[in-house]
Amino acid sequence: MDHTELLFFTEVLVGGLLSGVMYSLVAIGFVLIYKTSGVLNFAQGSMVLFSALTFVSLVERAVPFWVALLATFALMVLLGLSIERLVLRPLVNKPPIILFMATLGLSYIIEGAAQLAWGTQVHALELGIEDLPLEIAGVFISKFDLFAAAIAAAMVTVLTLFFQYTRVGLAFRAVADDTFAAYAVGLRLPRIWATVWTAAGFVATVAGLLWGARLGVQFSLSLIVLKALPVLVLGGFDSILGAIVGGLIIGAAEKLAEVYLGPYVGGGIESWFAYVIALGFLLIRPSGLFGQKPVERA
Amino acid sequence: MSGTSYLFDAILTPLLALSLAALGLNLLTGYAGQLSLGTAAFMAVGAFAAYNFNLRVEGLPFVISIGLAGLSAAVVGIFFGLPSLRLKGFYLAVSTLAAQFFVQWALTKFDWFSNHNPSGVIDAPPLVLFGITFGGAVGRYLFALTVVTAVTLLTLRLLNTQTGHNFIAVRDHELAARVIGVPVLRTKLLAFAISSFIVGVAGVLWAFAYLRTVEPHGFNLDRSFQILFIVIIGGLASIRGAFFGAALIVVFPLVLSRVGSFLLGSYFDSGVLDMSQRIVLGVLIIAFLILEPRGLASLFDRLVRFGKR
Repeated sequence: MDHTELLFFTEVLVGGLLSGVMYSLVAIGFVLIYKTSGVLNFAQGSMVLFSALTFVSLVERAVPFWVALLATFALMVLLGLSIERLVLRPLVNKPPIILFMATLGLSYIIEGAAQLAWGTQVHALELGIEDLPLEIAGVFISKFDLFAAAIAAAMVTVLTLFFQYTRVGLAFRAVADDTFAAYAVGLRLPRIWATVWTAAGFVATVAGLLWGARLGVQFSLSLIVLKALPVLVLGGFDSILGAIVGGLIIGAAEKLAEVYLGPYVGGGIESWFAYVIALGFLLIRPSGLFGQKPVERA
Repeated sequence: MSGTSYLFDAILTPLLALSLAALGLNLLTGYAGQLSLGTAAFMAVGAFAAYNFNLRVEGLPFVISIGLAGLSAAVVGIFFGLPSLRLKGFYLAVSTLAAQFFVQWALTKFDWFSNHNPSGVIDAPPLVLFGITFGGAVGRYLFALTVVTAVTLLTLRLLNTQTGHNFIAVRDHELAARVIGVPVLRTKLLAFAISSFIVGVAGVLWAFAYLRTVEPHGFNLDRSFQILFIVIIGGLASIRGAFFGAALIVVFPLVLSRVGSFLLGSYFDSGVLDMSQRIVLGVLIIAFLILEPRGLASLFDRLVRFGKR
């Protein structure tokens, strides 16, 4: 491999890693909810769409940036609270698969409602970051991707601090560790679930703005859930660190495969390649990268 | 289109095809307890396999093509069911998504499957069973009815055999099943194989009795979810449920569009219809999961009992 090829390889790799960060951003929302309530929330993608669509529609109606952001977030809080009250509470103690199916239904409702309220056309979202390539040691890196990575890092730091050093965070961890014991010592599970769905709504808003700025705000935003699932399988459904590392691996592998493997099979492999990586990995290590290791993976 | 042929073409034939697909998924998810999100992929395998067998093997009876299509779907099903030997629950569900995306990609990418049609579209061959050609709306319906009846009877029979009991044992308690001597791994793969076989045959009906021109895109993730929703609404682990659920899924959009345009007039355009359909469907799923987790089948049973009283 000569110098130019090496440079090109690095560029592809870095680009892949940075887009992996974007996957992690979505995956973290899943982990939050899965950790505390054992629900694989398929509606996370539609929450991303809902928040991005609400925000961009408000901004287009000349609402100032910060007001629109606050309003969107308030709406996500409301959404989280009503999901807890109307969907989760009646289904408490049901098998996880039933709860998963309920979130499938939920994603249909949220997608439908979002587009019924704000329309189905594609919106451009401008966050005020120039997407100029930045040259570092001969490798071109997208400035926007760097910005997104920084936001993701900041968010993870905030979440980690929150989990480690606040009372609510402690309650979260207690519920994640042993729901029954947490309930027995008097933690109010419905309140914790409502909070965690709110937190997931916050993550969805951040992801929605960044993804929306990149792809345009449209229906396909809710499909990024499908990009996050292999990341979760790889990293383990219950590990934030796993979501990040998994995202980086999937992002990098996907881009490298697209560039170096794609030409041989005719391209377009990114729709399933991530799943193959995740499955191949699981065959070797069934508990994922950082997932808890029960005797049997259930 | 006259009233009768509309009834058969737009309601009864798709209802049968979807019922059969739901029956197949129900065998895997309802009876054997393995959630799959890739049902449409196996329908696609069935449809495209039947097309190719019929096209490339001279003089092959169509009924054999259907059988071979089912077998092809079963082989693909076993392959994508292999992760079930090590993965469970959500991990398995996510891995079945791999089938969904891979099959759709392969059918679009390699145009051999669609006989080199540039957009991957295939046209239906004539439907012939035992020397009888089934044409017209009613004919296609009768064709579907024959196939669905045969497969449903076989499935009912299967559930009363040891294999059927093994499915339920694996679903209810895998460890206990293993202890009493149920071959768990073989049972799981068998569930994937039989379920995919049925779903593959349903794909043939969907493609050739109902749509008559199909492209791989018609077997997308939304279709997989639709089949899953039929199973949930109809009732998990219920043969009747698959038919009830399919009936609801086929009829409710038609009712919704009538009611919607009656109440809201011209505001209720196709976009609004599409979105409200999504919302109502989502609400239905959640309502059934909360209020009637055993689906329409159990609702029906209770009505019958109530009627007898």
